[in-house]
Amino acid sequence: MFDLSGKCALVTGASGGIGGEIARALHAQGATVGLSGTREAPLRALAEALGERAHVLPCDLSDPAAVDALSKQAAEAMGGLDILVNNAGITRDTLFMRLKDEDWQAVIDVNLTAAMRLCRGAIRGMIKARWGRIVNITSVVGTTGNPGQANYCAAKAGLVGMSKSLAQEVAARGITVNCVAPGFIETAMTEKLTEEQKAGILGSVPMGAMGTPGDIAAAVVYLASAEAGYVTGATLHVNGGMAMV
Amino acid sequence: MSDIADRVKKIVVEHLGVEEDKVTENASFIDDLGADSLDTVELVMAFEEEFGIEIPDDAAETIQTFGDAVKFIQEAA
Repeated sequence: MFDLSGKCALVTGASGGIGGEIARALHAQGATVGLSGTREAPLRALAEALGERAHVLPCDLSDPAAVDALSKQAAEAMGGLDILVNNAGITRDTLFMRLKDEDWQAVIDVNLTAAMRLCRGAIRGMIKARWGRIVNITSVVGTTGNPGQANYCAAKAGLVGMSKSLAQEVAARGITVNCVAPGFIETAMTEKLTEEQKAGILGSVPMGAMGTPGDIAAAVVYLASAEAGYVTGATLHVNGGMAMV
Repeated sequence: MSDIADRVKKIVVEHLGVEEDKVTENASFIDDLGADSLDTVELVMAFEEEFGIEIPDDAAETIQTFGDAVKFIQEAA
């Protein structure tokens, strides 16, 4: 099950904890992977660790022209683009009262607009191939909201609405568009939290533990697989029961 | 029939799975040939590839019938 041999997958934010693990998992299932991100060194290190079938495709997702070019570069480097995982994301957390235009725009640009551009770039080839998988990584807070993260939550909720609309347009062409919504996952981002903060957070997670990047990667592998062909427009929540929606 | 018309017809027949004799000058892709809106976008993509031309979005919207497509491509190619 979940064999991805012969499939080509582009993963954004592959220099981060979750994105890197998603790329590893897709690669382990046999996919050729395109590793995108802003920091080239960790992408190179990951590509080296993976060995064959791994391509480094650095891209600044805040640059519209670079994002528009990325899907084409990925298809050329890998020989196709069957699976797109929009995982990259940034935060500019601040209380709403202090939210600056640039904090809002930067988060919307990278987390939502870049995903739209990549979907648009990838969909043409998928329509022709009559097969495609798009997995957009949203967040539990896109559903629940979170103080200090109005910009981030708006972008993540936006991804869900965009995915559902696109899913309906391309469903008859063998293309599925889904979201994975992580809860609290152990990454560099959560390492910055104090023990007290962590304890507070875990109090709201029925499983009493943070998730791992591997938990997210497994959900992505499923949605990218042939076996998930009848699942579209869905959001798969991977959050240890923190929000049951 | 011109070579262009033949090539356009072949694309339409293959893509929409319709009988060749249904693809007449005034046949509307959506109303007569059963295309949905995404089919019309795909047809335009196929025409662009077959004839090596660019069909801008505003022009693509005016291509409603088989005859429209042939006329546009004859002028563009």
